[in-house]
Parts: sequence; structure tokens; C-alpha cells
Amino acid sequence: MLWLLLFLVTAIHAELCHPDAENAFKVRLSIRTALGDKAYVWDTDEEYLFRAMVAFSMRKVPNRETTEISHVLLCNVTQRVSFWFVVTDPSKNHTLPAAEVQSAIRMNRNRINSAFFLDDHTLEFLKIPSTLAPPPDASVPVWIIVFGVIFCIVVVAIALLVLSGIRQRRRNNKGPLGVEDAEDKCENIITIENGIPCDPLDTKGGLINDGFLTEDERLTPL
Amino acid sequence: MPSPEIFGSKQGDRGMDMKGSFLVPYVIMLIVEGMPLLYLELAVGQRMRQGSIGAWRTISPYLSGVGIASLVVSFLVSVYYNVINTWSLWYLFHSFQDPLPWSVCPLNGNHTGYNEECEKASSTQYFWYRKTLNISPSIQGDGGVQWEPALCLTLAWLIVYLCILRGTESTGKVVYFTASMPYFVLIIYLIRGLTLHGATNGLVYMFTPKIEQLANPKAWINAATQIFFSLGLGCGGLIAFASYNEPSNNCQKHAIIVSIINSTTAIFSSIVTFSIYGFKATFNYENCLNKVILLLTNSFDLEDGFLTANNLEEVKDYLASTYPSKYSDVFPHIRNCSLESELNTAVQGTGLAFIVYTEAIKNMDVSQLWSVLYFFMLLTLGMGSMVGTGTAILTPLTDSKVISSYLPKEAISGLVCLISCAIGMVFTMETGNYWFDIFNDYAATLSLLLIVLVEIIAVCYVYGLKRFESDLQAMTGRSLNWYWKAMWAFVSPVLIISLFVFYLSDYILTGTLQYQAWDATQGHVVTKDYPTYALAVIGILVASSTMCIPLVAVGTFVTRHFKSRAKFPMA
Repeated sequence: MLWLLLFLVTAIHAELCHPDAENAFKVRLSIRTALGDKAYVWDTDEEYLFRAMVAFSMRKVPNRETTEISHVLLCNVTQRVSFWFVVTDPSKNHTLPAAEVQSAIRMNRNRINSAFFLDDHTLEFLKIPSTLAPPPDASVPVWIIVFGVIFCIVVVAIALLVLSGIRQRRRNNKGPLGVEDAEDKCENIITIENGIPCDPLDTKGGLINDGFLTEDERLTPL
Repeated sequence: MPSPEIFGSKQGDRGMDMKGSFLVPYVIMLIVEGMPLLYLELAVGQRMRQGSIGAWRTISPYLSGVGIASLVVSFLVSVYYNVINTWSLWYLFHSFQDPLPWSVCPLNGNHTGYNEECEKASSTQYFWYRKTLNISPSIQGDGGVQWEPALCLTLAWLIVYLCILRGTESTGKVVYFTASMPYFVLIIYLIRGLTLHGATNGLVYMFTPKIEQLANPKAWINAATQIFFSLGLGCGGLIAFASYNEPSNNCQKHAIIVSIINSTTAIFSSIVTFSIYGFKATFNYENCLNKVILLLTNSFDLEDGFLTANNLEEVKDYLASTYPSKYSDVFPHIRNCSLESELNTAVQGTGLAFIVYTEAIKNMDVSQLWSVLYFFMLLTLGMGSMVGTGTAILTPLTDSKVISSYLPKEAISGLVCLISCAIGMVFTMETGNYWFDIFNDYAATLSLLLIVLVEIIAVCYVYGLKRFESDLQAMTGRSLNWYWKAMWAFVSPVLIISLFVFYLSDYILTGTLQYQAWDATQGHVVTKDYPTYALAVIGILVASSTMCIPLVAVGTFVTRHFKSRAKFPMA
């Protein structure tokens, strides 16, 4: 009698879970790629943990809170490591619809991954697309900030250079005019010492020392 | 006054036109073509002590068109070249993020996978073609100016204006910085590049001469053009700079020193380039191998980690013999990975330069630092070139009494920058990169060849080689070496004429001109023909500078003829 029951159970098991069965999903793990030297061996205990995680995920689905670990069936485990699994209902007669299993796995993907120290690439559920995390988005794009800083620096530098150029040119233009003003004023107050007015000391263009004879006087006129 | 000829123009861009075994043609072309022409231009500038227009008018009044042609070419070059600085600025600003924006693909609409265009191409190509250029499928697109590149272009022109604002008194100091900074960064990159995994592959590739490539005249043409542009011959910049030198300045020594510095810089930067290139090629090769390994492991459910690069071939044979049907299903998807083919992918054009380097940088550790350094170096190189071209444009303008009496030199430089910036907005449109390629390929190449040819012939045969030689001797006190005389009189003109003939024959043989367009649906470039209006623009570009020479010559002849007739009216 017991043998018959066992036989029946395994027969049903084989019927429900086989490659490409209805509502079955293939899982693929790449433990050595992910962990390198710290890779663990995939044995029946790990399979038990996997079945527990799937049962846990199914319990989060409304109406499926009574899912047990024994309802999750694994088959065709290869060296890869890859296998197929199905989730049966409490009567163990038929499998739960794929859509329910898919949504349950997707919602708890992170928990399942972290239980095995893997990520979305190394623990693959074929036919269950994973939700990718969007890259962090700053409110103001960083590049505009940097652009603004450099833009302001350049504009300020240009303004400084242009203004100093204008000021220098104005000083140049005012220079000769300033001399003429001084000479006009000097006609009223000229202090003369030894026949030489004192004011030429402020002019540009050098001083003429009248103490020296000029060229014309040296040559005696004809 | 610093040795101002080291404005080493266009290194960053043209330096990318290198494949393996370029060293031999490069060195030969430098000795035969680069040095004599450089010495010639420096000597002319130093002797005539005027910008390019005045200098050529002094040599012969019929030839002032040469100066004007140089001016036009410099203007066209400055308009399009600053766009490269725009892109360098754009990438520089985007380097301050973690992760680098060109290292990851953005997600698609419902977050289940990556953006389709990014998947088909690579993330660096996607960032270049979609995020930076937002390129249209062909040159016939319709789009307005895009504000992001437009902002960066404005900033680039503001920086150029800041540098050339005060004329040569400020450009001297700027050139010191822009010439020395890239060396500093290159040394850092050299140390980093040589320690990268796979760098030796690139270096071995660079130093092995490939005989069949040497026999191809294309390699020599490329080397000759490369020398032209990196020395800045024919743009008028050299004459402008040299006109500020003392008459007794030993420009022969300067010419040799500058050429040697230029070529050592080129070789140095190509060592860095090829080590990074080797790193990228090795990285891609190993990626390709890993993909094949993953494919085989998944299809045959082999143990994870069993297949490695070493036993791949044997295992493939084993699988082919044991599971023939399954293997033949998988076989079409197995890519043939080859390090040679990765290294052989030609590096050409400015866009590819950005793509290749960003791809290599994103795989390095602390990639933000390397990215910032690299684009800052590109920017200083580009600004150095712009300063040189800007001086080439401004010196004739400020020399002319007409213009400089009305406007101060700040206003002249501001006006030139404003006009160039406005025209440059064309390159920020969606079709902008196609127009940029047109300018890049046709604005300067033929015109510069023609200008330099006319320059040599003018100095040697119109002005007279003996007269020029005696001028130089009187000016510098040193006699002219026979080598220079032989080069100027015979070898260089023949060389330039043959380059000219080659370009023309190449164009005639290929028939219509074609360009590379980016196909977003397929994720790679496709070749298309230029429409007629684009061909017309190319014609205008080439004609606008080359036609100056004959037109001005004819114009001068006509005005002189009328003047002499007015003086001596015939009875």
C-alpha cells in the first residue's frame, strides 16, 4: 500500500514537473561566476531553501497564503546549475497559473536573490523579466551646475579685461589733454627761476635743458 | 617673446587618423615636407614683418590673394573647429557623475530592459549619437538649434574671446599654458596607460611595420596631410607669429626645433593612444569570449566555470562531435572573436575618437578622474589651436589701417568671435554633425595644399630664390643651407603637386561623394550619397578660398592696367 502511494506521488510529481511543462519555469544559477572562490556547492539543502523562498513568495499572493514548501516541486537539476520548478495547489493535482507565480517572484525577487548571495544576472528565472533599477536622477542635472560655474568665471574675466582696456585707453587719451590744461593754467601763474619756467617739470616728452647751446648756434653764421 | 609657433594645432583631432606602422611615412614626410615649409613660412613672416596679406603683397602685388585665401581658410577652420571644443566641454561637464553617463544604458519605458537603440549599439555610441548630437538619420533632416550644444558652443567661443582679447600680448601667455598642460596630462596617461591590462597588445600593433600598408599610397597621403595640419602650414598663423620676431632671430633653428618637438609630441601621444587602444581591444575581445562561453554553457548546461578561454576550442570540438544537431543550432550565434580584428578597426574622424576613448575610460578604475583629465587635455589642445587660428585671422585685420582706425582691437576680436559663433550654430542642429564632417573634410584640405604650393612657387620663382637667400643672409647673418634650397625649389613643390593630383583622382574615381549616416534602428552607421545642395556647399567651400588667388591677381592686373592707361592715355 505504501509502495503504491509512493509510486503515485512520484508519478504525479513527474507529470506535473518536467521540462516545458505547463506553468513550469526554468531557473539558472551561476554561483561560481558570482562568488568565485567563496562559491558554495548546490546540494539538496540549497534546493530546500529555494523551495522555501518560492513558497514564501507565493504566500504573499492573496488567496495563496496556505502554500507549503511541499507544494513546490523541483526537477531536472543539471550540473549547470539549472532546474525546472512548478507550484502546485494544496490538492497536488494541478499547478498554479504561471501569471500568479510570475508576479509573486517579481515582487520578491530581491529577497530571493539575497538569500543566495546572487543578483538578477546570476540567478535567472527564464521567462520572468526582472524590473531594472533606474539610475539615480538628480533634480538639477550636474552638468548645468558645472557649466554655470565656468560660464560665470569666464564672463567675469572678460568683463574685467575689457574694462581695464577701456580705462587704459581713456587714460592714454586724457594724458596729452591734461598737459594742455596745465599749460593754459600756467599762463596765469608762472614761476620763473633763472629764465626757465618751473612747470615743464610736469610734462611728458622730456625736458629741454636750455643751459646747452643748440645746434644752430654752434655754427657761426656766414 | 615665447617661441609662439608651438601652438601645435589640431593635434587632438588629426592625431586620431593613425593606424599601425604610420611612423615611417610620418618621419619621412616631416623631414622632406614639414621642416622646409615651416622654415619658409617663418622666414617670410620674419622678413616681411607683416601678417599674411601684407607679406604676400610685398612679395608680389598680384599675390596678395594668397594672404586673403589663408584668411578665408583660417576663418572656415575656426568656425568648425570650435565645435570639437564644444563636445569636449560637454563631455567634461558630464564627467562629474557617478556612474559616467556613457557607461550605462538608460532603461526603456516600462523598466524591463534597456533602451532599444542603446542595446543594438553600445552605451558609448548611444551617448554620442543620441545624447550629445541627437543626430538625424540623414543630412536632409529638419531641426532647429538644440539648446544644450548651443550653450556649450557659446561658452567655447567666450573662452576663445577671453584668450585672444588683448591680441598677441595675451596670447603669448595663453600659449605657454595650452602648450605645456597637455604634456603634463599625457605623462600621467602614459603611466596609467602602460599599466593597463592589454596595453602591450596595442603597442606591439603600433610598432610592427606592415609592409602592405607602406605600399599603399594612402598611408603616405595621410602622413603628409597630418604633418600639414599639425604644423599649421598655409593658415597664415605662422607668418603672423613670426612677424613679431626680431629680424635677427634664428628662424632656421626655430623651425627645426618646432618640427622635432611636434613630431616627438605626436609619437609620444600615439604611444599613449595605442596603449589605451590595446586595453580597449583586449577588453572587448575578452567580453566577446565571455559571451561565447556563456552561450555554450547555457545551451549545453555545462558546469558553471568549466569553460574558460583556454579550453574553449577543444570543448567546442568536443561538443560539435557529441551533440551535432544541438551544436548546429547554436553555431550561428557564436561570434568569432579575434584580437586582430578589434585592433584593426580603423580609428577615423572626430566622433570615433570620442567613442573609442570614452569606451576605454569607462572601464578604468576611478573613471571620473581619468575622464576629467582627458577632456581637459583635449580642451587645452583645442583652445591652443583656436588661439593660433584666431591670431591668423586677427593679425591681418588689425594690421589694416582701415579697420583698426574705426574699432579697437577688443571690438574686432569680439566681432569675429560673434560672427563665427553665429555661423557655428549650424553645427548644433540635429543634422549638425553631417555638416561638420563636410567642413572637416573639404574646407581646408585642398585649399591649404594649393596655398602652400603657390607660396613656394612665389618665393622661389616670382620673388626669386637668390634674392630671398640674400635677404635672409642680410637679416640673420647666416647663409642658406643647400638642403633648404633643394627642398624649396624642387622636392616640396613636386610632392605637393602629386598630393593634389592624388586627391583629385581619388575624387574622380569614386564618382559621387558619400557620407556615413547613423541608423538608429540598426544601431550602426550606413553609407549614403550627398544630396546636390550638400555638393554645392562643398564646392563653395573649396572655391571660396582657392578662387581668391586668381581673382585678386586678375583684379590687381586690371586696376594697374587702368591706372597706367589713365596716366599715359594713348593718343
